[in-house]
Amino acid sequence: MSSEQVTGTRPPRVPLYNDPRIRSVVYQLALAAIIAFVVYSATTNAIEHLQRAHIASGFGFWNQTAGFDISQSLIPYEASASTYGDAFWVGLLNTLLVAAIGIVLATVLGFVIGIARLSKNWIVSRAATGYVETIRNIPLLLQLLFWYNSVLKGLPAIRDSIVFFGGGFYLNNRGFMVPKPDPRPGFGWVEIAFVIGIVGAVAFYSWARKRQMRTGQQAPVFWVGLGLIVGLPLVVLLLAGVPIHFESPQAGRFNITGGVDLQPEFVALLLGLSIYTAAFISEVVRAGILAVSHGQVEASYSLGMKPGPTLRLIVVPQAMRVIIPPLTNQYLNLIKNSSLAVAIGYPDLVQIFTGTVLNQTGQAVEVVAITMLVYLFISLTTSLLMNLYNRRVALVER
Amino acid sequence: MTMAEGDLAVAEIRFVQGQYLPPQPAPMRMTGAIGWVRANLLSTPANIVLTVLVLALVVWIVYGIVDFLIVDAVWTGADRTACLASTVHREVGACWPFVWDRLSYFIYGSYPIPERWRVDVFFALLAVGVAWMLWLQAPRRDLGALYFFVVLPIVSFILLHGFAAIGLPLVDTVLWGGVLVTIVLATVGIVVSLPIGIVLALGRRSRMPAVQFFSTVFIEFVRGVPLITVLFMASVMLPLFVPEGFEPDKLLRAMVGIALFASAYMAEVVRAGLQAIPRGQFEGAMAVGLGYRPMMRLIILPQALRITIPNIVNTYIGLFKDTSLVTIIGIFDLLNTIEVSRSDPKWATPVTSTTGYAVAAMFYLAFCYGMSRYARATEARLGKSDKR
Repeated sequence: MSSEQVTGTRPPRVPLYNDPRIRSVVYQLALAAIIAFVVYSATTNAIEHLQRAHIASGFGFWNQTAGFDISQSLIPYEASASTYGDAFWVGLLNTLLVAAIGIVLATVLGFVIGIARLSKNWIVSRAATGYVETIRNIPLLLQLLFWYNSVLKGLPAIRDSIVFFGGGFYLNNRGFMVPKPDPRPGFGWVEIAFVIGIVGAVAFYSWARKRQMRTGQQAPVFWVGLGLIVGLPLVVLLLAGVPIHFESPQAGRFNITGGVDLQPEFVALLLGLSIYTAAFISEVVRAGILAVSHGQVEASYSLGMKPGPTLRLIVVPQAMRVIIPPLTNQYLNLIKNSSLAVAIGYPDLVQIFTGTVLNQTGQAVEVVAITMLVYLFISLTTSLLMNLYNRRVALVER
Repeated sequence: MTMAEGDLAVAEIRFVQGQYLPPQPAPMRMTGAIGWVRANLLSTPANIVLTVLVLALVVWIVYGIVDFLIVDAVWTGADRTACLASTVHREVGACWPFVWDRLSYFIYGSYPIPERWRVDVFFALLAVGVAWMLWLQAPRRDLGALYFFVVLPIVSFILLHGFAAIGLPLVDTVLWGGVLVTIVLATVGIVVSLPIGIVLALGRRSRMPAVQFFSTVFIEFVRGVPLITVLFMASVMLPLFVPEGFEPDKLLRAMVGIALFASAYMAEVVRAGLQAIPRGQFEGAMAVGLGYRPMMRLIILPQALRITIPNIVNTYIGLFKDTSLVTIIGIFDLLNTIEVSRSDPKWATPVTSTTGYAVAAMFYLAFCYGMSRYARATEARLGKSDKR
């Protein structure tokens, strides 16, 4: 419009099919139409198929009795009484259990190896490099099968169990049997002390921080925190006369009873996931530490800070900014990879739901959709939290 | 030692060195192998402990592997009895006769024996295409791309699946197996995921809301779920969605699943490359009058893809490893042929599984490590042009 007024000539008429706005509308309508058509024909085909095969649709199966057993369950579950819905929760909890422990192990191992790769000690850094290059380049599924079939199934049978600490810990091809903590009345006080310890530690931390901001004086936050969180419950435990008992597994003639049996499927999945993910985490950690420029460390030394505080106050906070986002991605990968449990028979969500439940009900669409939505929910929630965190720690530049 | 006598400029100073002494060699224990060991391995007491511990661990692992694969291994035999500790009266390592016996199954699956030359030709054709694409100074890389992305898929399909009219009998994909399936799946993923990934990445950055919406939803959805559920969806749900009588065969379904999955990951890699291109490049292209498509084709994508090569190769490594998951939906890739063979009663011994897994591990390790070396070399090469 403005050019019209200035030059006094009309802009050349553009044919409709060359007008970018019209084009864009046409493209988008075409895309929407294609997707709508695909979705429509897929739906009608699916309905037709399902009707012909006499497969029910809808989520009615959720409340039907499942009728199959699950070898490991965190919540009460019985084949005869529990529903498919219960089986879903059992599977989800098993997935979360192995993922949570796996994340902790993988993080510890990953940080150790990432730091080892930067070590000045030649053999340490080479060994760490060798670990990463080997583990990263072998499929996780193969590693899981190796741990399960070669290592854990190759352990001695129950009668020849490997015994640790003179009894109480048995390792054999049925898993790893460990004592089971059995709290007695009065243990509640210890739990209460633990909660009070955490609250107290947080309160002390915020008080110490405020005081440091005001006066510059530092308080021994770590030691006080340790004392409150670990020491206080311990003292209460002793005062209450140790109201806890460990039920050791007992080796019988044919079987080992009592205790907690960490099943080989669980142990294999945990080992495979942690070892595999640790290789990736170590790369993330290494990149993060390398991303902190050398000048930061030198500046810190020239201000008179010791190596310990330099690492804690200068290097780690800056490295964390680089490490956290890809680290979260690795955690998500671990959660998603835990679905490989299906290959070794650990009863996780995928094994129970897209395995047994799908086979029993035949309702592929609903079952696969539910499973996918669960993972999608976990992924999207994590990325949401990640974005919030990123916004908080992002570099504030002028 | 003799003291050199210099001019005494100041009377009070008895001795002043007037000329430079020749530099002395560094002490023996600071140079050469000994010095290196002292500086790198034994600098502090903690370091000494660490060195000893890690060395012991490395030796233990390497010794275990060598012991199993070579020293204790059984090299000849006709069936499982050759690999039993009770027959050979010693510790038994890898059972290599099992591998020799099953090697052709690991490579070709159940592909009919008289037709196996076709698989060999396919491997050769593929090797030519891969070499052409990877060698960055190769002549006519545009032709190479055409060959790799258009000619090779069509020729391979005709070759492997068969085409009765030119005298190649049909071979049902049910019979395909082993390395052949692993390579075919990986190649399909590689060939399909890059173009679709580019389209999705451009779509996600598009200014058209509908295009952006659908691209984003697809990418985030696929990246948010495990591959195994995508494979389940492809193998269980896909047949429901197509009209009666058009059910794709099992291998094709797995290919669809893997290709979709890889495309979403590729899209994010390409998008990162696009984001790294400075705005000036876009503006410059528009200023010389290029439209969207010429701008992308001639200016933006060549630069974006060039800086993304290392990440593209890394995605391919992930894809290559992920093809092993088709084992779970019952397709006979390399891993599944090993899974089947290891429980074959003819060869079932305590060491058979580990032997089979060792073979698979070496196969994957060789391919993935090769790819990652390539990615790193390319990265170094690209970095060189940025240095001044």
